[in-house]
Amino acid sequence: MADTNYDLIVLGSGPGGYVAAIRAAQLGLKTAIVERENLGGICLNWGCIPTKALLRSAEIYHYMQHAKDYGLAAASISADLDAVVKRSRGVAKQLNQGVTHLMKKNKIAVHMGEGKLTAPGKLEVKGEKGSETLTAKHIIVATGARARDLPFAPADGKRIWTYRHAMTPAEMPKKLLVIGSGAIGIEFASFYNDMGAEVTVVEMLDRIVPVEDADVSSFLEKSLKKQGMTILTGAGVEELKATGNGVSAKIKTKDGKVQAGDYSHAIVAIGILPNTEGVGLDTLGVKTTKGHIDTDPYCRTNVKGLWAIGDVTAPPWLAHKASHEGVIAAEAIAQELGNKDVHPHPMDARNIPGCTYCHPQIASVGLTEAKAKEAGHEVKVGNFPFVGNGKAIALGEVEGFVKTVFDAKTGELLGAHMVGAEVTEMIQGYTVGKTAELVEADFMHTVFPHPTISETMHEAVLGAWGRALHI
Amino acid sequence: MPIELKMPALSPTMEEGTLAKWLVKEGDTVQSGDLLAEIETDKATMEFEAIDEGTIAQILVPEGTDNVKVGTVIAVIAGEGEDASTAKAAPAPAAASAPTPEPVRAEPVEAPSSSSATAAKKDGPSPGRDPESGQMDKGERIKASPLARRIAAEKGIDLSAVKGSGPGGRIVKADLEGAPATAAAPAQAAAATPAPAAAPQQAAPFETDIPHTADKLSNMRKTIARRLIEAKQTIPHIYLTVDIQLDRLLKLRGELNAALEPQGVKLSVNDLLIKALAKALVQVPKCNVSFAGDQLISYSRADISVAVSVPAGLITPIIVGADEKSVSKISTEMKELAGRAKEGKLQPHEYQGGTASISNMGMFGISQFDAVINPPQGMIMAIGAGEKRPWIVDDALAIATVMSATGSFDHRAIDGADGAQLMQAFKQIVENPLGLVA
Repeated sequence: MADTNYDLIVLGSGPGGYVAAIRAAQLGLKTAIVERENLGGICLNWGCIPTKALLRSAEIYHYMQHAKDYGLAAASISADLDAVVKRSRGVAKQLNQGVTHLMKKNKIAVHMGEGKLTAPGKLEVKGEKGSETLTAKHIIVATGARARDLPFAPADGKRIWTYRHAMTPAEMPKKLLVIGSGAIGIEFASFYNDMGAEVTVVEMLDRIVPVEDADVSSFLEKSLKKQGMTILTGAGVEELKATGNGVSAKIKTKDGKVQAGDYSHAIVAIGILPNTEGVGLDTLGVKTTKGHIDTDPYCRTNVKGLWAIGDVTAPPWLAHKASHEGVIAAEAIAQELGNKDVHPHPMDARNIPGCTYCHPQIASVGLTEAKAKEAGHEVKVGNFPFVGNGKAIALGEVEGFVKTVFDAKTGELLGAHMVGAEVTEMIQGYTVGKTAELVEADFMHTVFPHPTISETMHEAVLGAWGRALHI
Repeated sequence: MPIELKMPALSPTMEEGTLAKWLVKEGDTVQSGDLLAEIETDKATMEFEAIDEGTIAQILVPEGTDNVKVGTVIAVIAGEGEDASTAKAAPAPAAASAPTPEPVRAEPVEAPSSSSATAAKKDGPSPGRDPESGQMDKGERIKASPLARRIAAEKGIDLSAVKGSGPGGRIVKADLEGAPATAAAPAQAAAATPAPAAAPQQAAPFETDIPHTADKLSNMRKTIARRLIEAKQTIPHIYLTVDIQLDRLLKLRGELNAALEPQGVKLSVNDLLIKALAKALVQVPKCNVSFAGDQLISYSRADISVAVSVPAGLITPIIVGADEKSVSKISTEMKELAGRAKEGKLQPHEYQGGTASISNMGMFGISQFDAVINPPQGMIMAIGAGEKRPWIVDDALAIATVMSATGSFDHRAIDGADGAQLMQAFKQIVENPLGLVA
């Protein structure tokens, strides 16, 4: 019989779980990982990665349609949705195999099956080949989350979709209703809009992408409307029914009127629910808040030897947050097991960037201007538009801006908010600065390469002190 | 090699002080023993002497700066043969007329000077790096994030006393957030004195429509506030009062003063009561104690702290070994200590310590009051006014001069019966005062 007593078992192999397992293995811990479906979890099988593949196709399609703007001609352009989806699945598969390889390389035991905590340090795994009981000194719960359904219209996969159905569409939606304007909703809205669908976005709050800075929301709304989208904010879907060849919806708009509409498909993207059912949290008395597991900054739960990371814990619910927590938890566990050379650092949610890959892209880190003021900061705000940047003009990407929010007293970068081309690749610059606790002088003293769009980041800092050069 | 002058800890409890006055200026040559500055501590104004000799290369903390943390570099002295202008730690001010080229800017790794703190306060962060560029601290680098330096400068926190939690022990913002006042206290000082129970909080701005003036608290007032809160919040007080007939003591005092007049000594009632309390404490050693967490400290000598009202507040100079000193000696010492207390010139050892306290409000006509214990002491005696009261002598009503004395005792260390014994002994000694001069 195989030895099933480990230093660490990680339950769930998403970007949180598999990274935790690798870090633990690096630190010499005897580590196992339990997965019920695909190694790599939602992120690389059904989330972040395959959607980026889809959006890349949409982006190229968009450029092809605008070839003339660049002095090029492209005749008879068309999109083959099946081929686009196939490419996306291929990317997911490649990465899934990559994780399998990483587990093997790090000598991490993979147990396929549904895991359930039965006692502290004890996990029962029900797989296709039957049950087995694993034991460990420490267990990390990394079971993630799933899409939340509309209570009155659960997704059927045919007409009413969650992100998962939207990723592998059997047919191209002609007229699409997107319910919810968070990152997932907006990305699919953007993808299908670029691919040629007629898209309507419904958001309950008074602006789209409501976690972002208000300036970003209003900029994006204008931009998406210009691209032909219909955006209804302050509106709620009251009724949603699948009909034979589409869906019919009743939407209560901002002015209180109920408007009926027919669509070919609807995507429900109204948030997530943590995957805590059947995990056995009750057996151990694990504390949760709104279903999400409570943890300290080192990912400890209230139960000794039990840890939790990623979407099953507090927000933000982002893959990179989960991965980072995986590293912190693995190091903290190694430390508890006697490793004196590791120095885990506490998670600081204020330094976790967020990226949305709509067109134009959004990226941000830290506090919005409103939140900064709410927290009592006296702020200095810089704002620099892409139209003042040479590279952006050369690329034909003048739509966008960078906004910085500084504490007027200490020069601390409280938040940075960007919208426009490539901003998701640039936000790490501010994130590094925030993590290292740089102040405005450090950003000002940094030489930004020319010509790059990143120069707008420099200008937005200078601008907060009224010193922007190219505006 | 330039020598850094750091804010000295002039008393064991001193965490910060006010740089009241510079007695030297940049360019002055100083010898060991020369007076450099006056520093207002939590209790007194003290003079700060030079230990090394050389030229004052730079004054980093201007006079009048409050809350200068112990250990903060306040000035730089260039040693013999060194060019004072190159010894400057921070970027040279414009006044430098030395023919040297632009001073090399030091790595921005050091504790900021408080002068930069004031600059930062006035204008907010200036875009330049200058406020943060620190001094080389005898080759020892302080690792701190730029933001931590800013906040430290803003709040006047001495980074050298802060433990960093960032990569490689780097000081980050979070390290300054906990309790800046205590976190910044040098470890030795923290160990040498009982930790203040409640560090003074940064109070929210006080708002009122009532016509008023707002005066900044003196260091002494802050210390009084902190110590009183500590005493009342941590010490369970009990109060025991006795009435004591004073006639014989007053008579003895008159006779003694007549006899001592040629020596220029004039005993006060308080001088005699100091001695009486000291003798009572030696007789009832269970009350001459300190409660020290998991230990009880019993003193074998009675050092009496005497509350003296001074313009800025209150201070308690100590008569060391009062049980063994003659009353005339106590009297002379008291006069001298009280005089210097009023000038703010007491040395820390003259007001820190003591095994018990005495506070006399008789001169204000207060007949009885309860005093707050002066931690870590175990008791304080509150003396009311001696006044003529109806008094029963041999079952007949008579008139006597009587005072009420109330002992406040730390009930953790002293039981009620022991406190009562001390009050009894005190009364017995005062009413039979010849023992005081024996």
